[in-house]
Amino acid sequence: MIFIKDVVKQYHTRHGEVTVLDHINLTINNGEKVGILGRNGSGKSTMIRLISGAEQPTSGSIERSMSVSWPLAFGGAFQGTLTGLDNLRFICRIYGVEFESRIDYVQEFSELGPYLKEPVKTYSSGMRARLAFAISMAVEFDCFLIDEIIAVGDSRFHEKCQYELFEKRKDRTMIIVSHQPDFIKTHCDKAAVLVAGKLYAFEQIDKAMAFYHEHSVTV
Amino acid sequence: MRVIGALLMREVLTRYGRHNIGFLWLFIEPMLFTLGVTALWTFSNAHHGSNIPIVAFAVTGYSSVLLWRNMPGRTIGAVEPNLSLMYHRNVKIIDVLAARVLLEAAGATTSFFVLSILWISIGWMQPPQDILKVLFGWFMLAWFGASLALLLGCLSERSEVVDKIWHPTSYLLFPLSGAAFIVDFLPPAAQKVILFLPMVHGVELLREGYFGSFVHAHYDISYMASVCFGLTALALAQERYISKRVTPE
Repeated sequence: MIFIKDVVKQYHTRHGEVTVLDHINLTINNGEKVGILGRNGSGKSTMIRLISGAEQPTSGSIERSMSVSWPLAFGGAFQGTLTGLDNLRFICRIYGVEFESRIDYVQEFSELGPYLKEPVKTYSSGMRARLAFAISMAVEFDCFLIDEIIAVGDSRFHEKCQYELFEKRKDRTMIIVSHQPDFIKTHCDKAAVLVAGKLYAFEQIDKAMAFYHEHSVTV
Repeated sequence: MRVIGALLMREVLTRYGRHNIGFLWLFIEPMLFTLGVTALWTFSNAHHGSNIPIVAFAVTGYSSVLLWRNMPGRTIGAVEPNLSLMYHRNVKIIDVLAARVLLEAAGATTSFFVLSILWISIGWMQPPQDILKVLFGWFMLAWFGASLALLLGCLSERSEVVDKIWHPTSYLLFPLSGAAFIVDFLPPAAQKVILFLPMVHGVELLREGYFGSFVHAHYDISYMASVCFGLTALALAQERYISKRVTPE
């Protein structure tokens, strides 16, 4: 379970304090697939970072009673001068996962072949995305946080990722953040909508969709 | 600890890579510094106000400067390039800073010990008279450097002024730090002033350990320890403040 209680997140900017999340509440049960909808800049990514624990709320609390991943599908966590293998080794070390047994999996899944032993800065963006996804899957979590995962590699690789995440790991809890209602609709069984710093939770996806459409037009 | 270990390995790889002598640079670089300074001081017949052999004087003095000065040098601005790692919940600001502090301390320490052993074995230096005092002095200097490094590393995240100020400050502190003179040589009024600087106490203790009765050392370790303790407490408070507000990139 994940309990988000009365969370506020503010940032300092040149024009004063900006409240990105304003007293939001959400409870996520084990095995649930929860979508979070919001327009660009509505605070979705902030919310996912708070849930992951990478950032701290200004006030309120977030409790986790299961292992929670880092926000997946972001390609920037790599040290460019290190090889793909070194980056994998680093991630395994910080999560306390045995490293040797994951090499084959990452090599095969990322389809990088011998490039795994080359510095990441020599990779194309598609190669980076494949490495990022493969490394994300090398460490197992009870709950995966997915931040706009859609654009990973070509369509064949994209399908492979979908299968790996949504089929092979369908017993896990997932929190998916997106501005694309269709993606949420395909993969989630409930959804919440972020509008102007407030979070509106809905048990039925359709109601969330209707609410989102209504507010993404008027707000 | 596991995370700090992982960051250490990563830091070593990114800084030194796997090419040529790789991570040996970690202590070869400070060794070259110390060697250069030793050579300069030897040939210029530097006045340090005692009959201490110049090689031993330079090795003890310059190594201790490297120890307390390099740690802050590496932690200032260390958070920024590592912000993307903060996406991982178990990587904390303190881990990033601690990894760099440990690496610098290891480099300076190895350099100091390797050079000492080298000079002692070829007879350019006498073995230290009281090795425990040497180690204690070294430890105090390391503590001072580490606490200063943690504090400045955090403060530099709040204001870039820290980075700008540190370079001139550390440069000016070098001649005042006790590395290039012994306190006993100074006039009493100057002694009082110079002993406000905490690292001077550490260097004096280190030198007393090395040269024993050769020198009349001036130090007050309880003063130095209080300063270090204060710096450590401030650093940890700052670390908490920064951690609460850090935004991963």
